[in-house]
Amino acid sequence: MFEPVLLRNMDVPDGHLLSTYEAGGGYQALAKVLREHPPDGVIDLVKQSNLRGRGGAGFPTGLKWSFVPKRAGKPKYLCCNADEGEPGTFKDRIIMERDPHQLIEGMAISAYAIGAETAYVYIRGEYVLAIRRLEQAITEAQAKGYLGSQILGSDFNFAVHIHCGAGAYICGEETAMLDSLEGKRAQPRLKPPFPAVAGLYASPTVINNVETLACVPHIVMRGPAWFRDIGPDKSPGPKLYCLSGQVRKPGLYELPMGISLRELVEEHAGGPLPGRRIKAVIPGGVSAPLIPERGLDVGMDFDSLSAAGSMLGSAGVIVIDDSTCMVKVATRIIEFFHHESCGKCTPCREGLNWAVKVLRRIEAGEGAPGDREQLEALCKGIFGNTFCALGDGAAMGLRAALAHFEPEFVAHIDGRRCPFH
Amino acid sequence: MREQIEAAAARYPDQRSAIMPALLIAQKEHGYLPAPVLEEVADILGVERIWVYELATFYTLFHTTPVGRFHLQLCDNVSCMLRGSEDLLRHLEAVLGIEKGGTTPDGLFTLSTVECLGACEMAPVMQVGDDYHGDLDIARLGALLDRLCKAAGQVTSAERVVVGAPGG
Repeated sequence: MFEPVLLRNMDVPDGHLLSTYEAGGGYQALAKVLREHPPDGVIDLVKQSNLRGRGGAGFPTGLKWSFVPKRAGKPKYLCCNADEGEPGTFKDRIIMERDPHQLIEGMAISAYAIGAETAYVYIRGEYVLAIRRLEQAITEAQAKGYLGSQILGSDFNFAVHIHCGAGAYICGEETAMLDSLEGKRAQPRLKPPFPAVAGLYASPTVINNVETLACVPHIVMRGPAWFRDIGPDKSPGPKLYCLSGQVRKPGLYELPMGISLRELVEEHAGGPLPGRRIKAVIPGGVSAPLIPERGLDVGMDFDSLSAAGSMLGSAGVIVIDDSTCMVKVATRIIEFFHHESCGKCTPCREGLNWAVKVLRRIEAGEGAPGDREQLEALCKGIFGNTFCALGDGAAMGLRAALAHFEPEFVAHIDGRRCPFH
Repeated sequence: MREQIEAAAARYPDQRSAIMPALLIAQKEHGYLPAPVLEEVADILGVERIWVYELATFYTLFHTTPVGRFHLQLCDNVSCMLRGSEDLLRHLEAVLGIEKGGTTPDGLFTLSTVECLGACEMAPVMQVGDDYHGDLDIARLGALLDRLCKAAGQVTSAERVVVGAPGG
């Protein structure tokens, strides 16, 4: 039985209150850091832990922090990416609703490490309860001196502000988020320069996901070796998995990184619904290519899933059973990406528009010979030809559906109807 | 409104950053964001009007046209679709007598589908105002509509079906 780390306060009554958090040893990691470690020492600790970003890309967190120039001559910023929009993902919402101080402590330690005195939490506007809980937690932390000036008697000053999003998936892309924070339409920037050098207000900026930041206090208290010993060495740590779709026990599960997808779905989440069989699983939100049932014996970590042609992404695990039409799933996924395309890059904006039209007509039984090849050509035109990964995610997802479920597409086109309706 | 917007603006080194929070404040106050409200926001912050317009029309949570008193925002992304959100949408359209995107003639309900609400563990899920309603089925949806109607002092959705919409 894996002892929960990030979710340890989930079922504690009033787990969101400072008193509960302190009773469980909360803010001792911040105190320890301020007492014992210079900022570089904290970066080293996190580097040694091999913590990798939980937002989707899996970039080594300590390395990201080390890119921030020591002497910038400008204020530095920490941004917390809480714009959890990847379909199938709900882990960050639950952390913020039920244990927001864990995030605030992680932010304070991170800000100290990179030399930032201001942080913005970019949180999606729909998450009303999470916003209220986080606001309350910030107020409590300020009153107790965990935020503010000369924190715990040190010379470290730090303030956290909440910035509410207003419904745009693209804001999860870090440079689009920065533009949104600057009061512009959220559209990704050309990189370089990377945010660590020129991010928010052209100042050095680190952007980390909620779950990533929540890991930091635990690494400080228990040490990098403890963290590295959980799961694969190059992709370690406790991990939150979001289970949803056609599965008996949907929910949030905390288990070691690297657990097999089959064990996660069949044992922890109870397997398929009564009388059904699993057909495919999307392992990391809809940007992650789906994996057919025969491929479920794959480790849920960045490297294993990448080797299997998919990705861990946000660990939004969506289970699809044999009652479901894969053309319809693919259509809904591409409709989503089309809706959320910010419109900046032509291949994504126009390519997804056409892909939706072709997919809808196949699903409606009006597909034409050559439509599958047309979809492949559209994917080729989009992939690698855009500023950000939104178009790439769409193309990868569609390619996987076309490759793994070719007979279903063929049956729709040749039979001129959806065999599932 | 001005006071709240100015307090929000103090959190940023640049007034332009405060446009989004200001629009959220203004929408809470007015229900939606008609042009005069957008102009007032621009004036309070001392920023270009076009900067305010371009945000109000980019982000889906901002409404430049009126919405019903209860905005039913049904998630129809993959996880909710796999758990029956399409049936719920058809039911809502029949009971309310409107298509998605529409508002009932009494201005009580606007029906929308939205992309993932980030609550897939309770799919299918719908947001109404600040609240999420999860694990929905036709019966729970009916009970929710009844509560909303009662809160507004209107006939219940069950009566609506009998009286009005076809196919309920």
